[in-house]
Amino acid sequence: MISHRVHRDLARAISSVENRIVELPAALRALAAHGHVPASHHSDVLGVTGPPGAGKSTLVDRLIEGLRTAGETVAVIAVDPSSPFTNGAVLGDRVRMQRHAGDPGVFIRSMASREAGGGLAPATRDAVRLAEAAGFDVVIVETVGVGQIELEVVAVADLILVVTVPALGDSVQTIKAGLTEIADIFVVNMADRAGANRTALDLKHMVHEGRRDIPVLQTIAQDGTGLPELLATIAERRGAEDSNAVRAVRFEVVRRARDAAASAALALLNSPDALAVLERLRAHDITRNDAIDSLLTIFGGPVHAH
Amino acid sequence: MPIKVLVTKPGLDGHDRGAKIVARALRDAGMEVVYTGLHQTPEMIVTAAIQEDVDVVGVSILSGAHMTIFPKIMDLLKAREVDDIVVIGGGVIQDADIPKLKALGVREIFNAEATTQDLIDGIERIVAEYGRDRTRRAAAHAR
Repeated sequence: MISHRVHRDLARAISSVENRIVELPAALRALAAHGHVPASHHSDVLGVTGPPGAGKSTLVDRLIEGLRTAGETVAVIAVDPSSPFTNGAVLGDRVRMQRHAGDPGVFIRSMASREAGGGLAPATRDAVRLAEAAGFDVVIVETVGVGQIELEVVAVADLILVVTVPALGDSVQTIKAGLTEIADIFVVNMADRAGANRTALDLKHMVHEGRRDIPVLQTIAQDGTGLPELLATIAERRGAEDSNAVRAVRFEVVRRARDAAASAALALLNSPDALAVLERLRAHDITRNDAIDSLLTIFGGPVHAH
Repeated sequence: MPIKVLVTKPGLDGHDRGAKIVARALRDAGMEVVYTGLHQTPEMIVTAAIQEDVDVVGVSILSGAHMTIFPKIMDLLKAREVDDIVVIGGGVIQDADIPKLKALGVREIFNAEATTQDLIDGIERIVAEYGRDRTRRAAAHAR
């Protein structure tokens, strides 16, 4: 059983990786040394994403309630945005999840997104691994309020709920690329508002025309309407989505390769050869396009972006 | 690393304007502020402080209940073996009560005359004094 002491140790472990005091393996070893859980323990990771104000936190609160009633322990990692100007953040997701205080089977941690731009924080993935190592049955990852292309939750979650609300746009919105492509379950929240049936219908048409079978459910998270159906659907789909492993790995490999390439490019821009090219640009010896081509040649042969 | 602060309002009083202004001022000073909202019990406050692993818990009390709430918070922190999270208070707190609160382990009281800048400076100073211990502890914990 999960104790209050586990909460403290897990919280400190998350801080240590979030603030880059230690790397994940050391933090995992430390948790293990405190004798918490067998190394083979596996958590199901549930992603909850969608636009700001769609009711994600309120829905997560209801999911915690339902999962606890079924006897499962739950850790929540909830991400809110950092200011790109001051690096400060106000993390307010807990406001909707207060009633679980004192229940050691529920652990809730807020994270500021810091420099990351994909809807999660740089250390969210590590925090999920730590919560798993601490022994929680389910880990819920709530993203920042996202637009259409903050999709990083794909690389972290086994099952993704895309939460939307009525009347955010017409049916064309449902066939655009991005957010709608990562859903394993669609939730139309605030279903008592005008246009809920229309939104659900648009999503169902979109699903029907696609290749994957994705349930579309309506909820009112505020009063719990639709939650039994949502919980049943989650239970049915957990562990069944084999395709997500491939999707997650592809996404993560591309992301890391892109990050590595960007770091390498930044480093190379300070090399003597690159500085010489930039100097020629400054002196109007070459055009901008010439400079770009020369620099990319320095980085490892001609590279064409298109 | 950014300073992480819990801004919280215990008890029955429903005035959270000040707490929100504080949350925002601390955000603008580059801190990560976990805001809990109104009507928090000591159990909720301590649970949040531990799970969020904040550097500082800022408790805003305007109702006069500070001599009941603070002892409960400090007792619960002790019961959960947490000795590295600093508790500070703000709001309407009589001068005569301040030494009593400090004796309980409340580190600082920012009264109604304090500006948000006083609060920012105070938190930065407190964390500069205590923060190194926390960092060391986190590193030792992972060894």
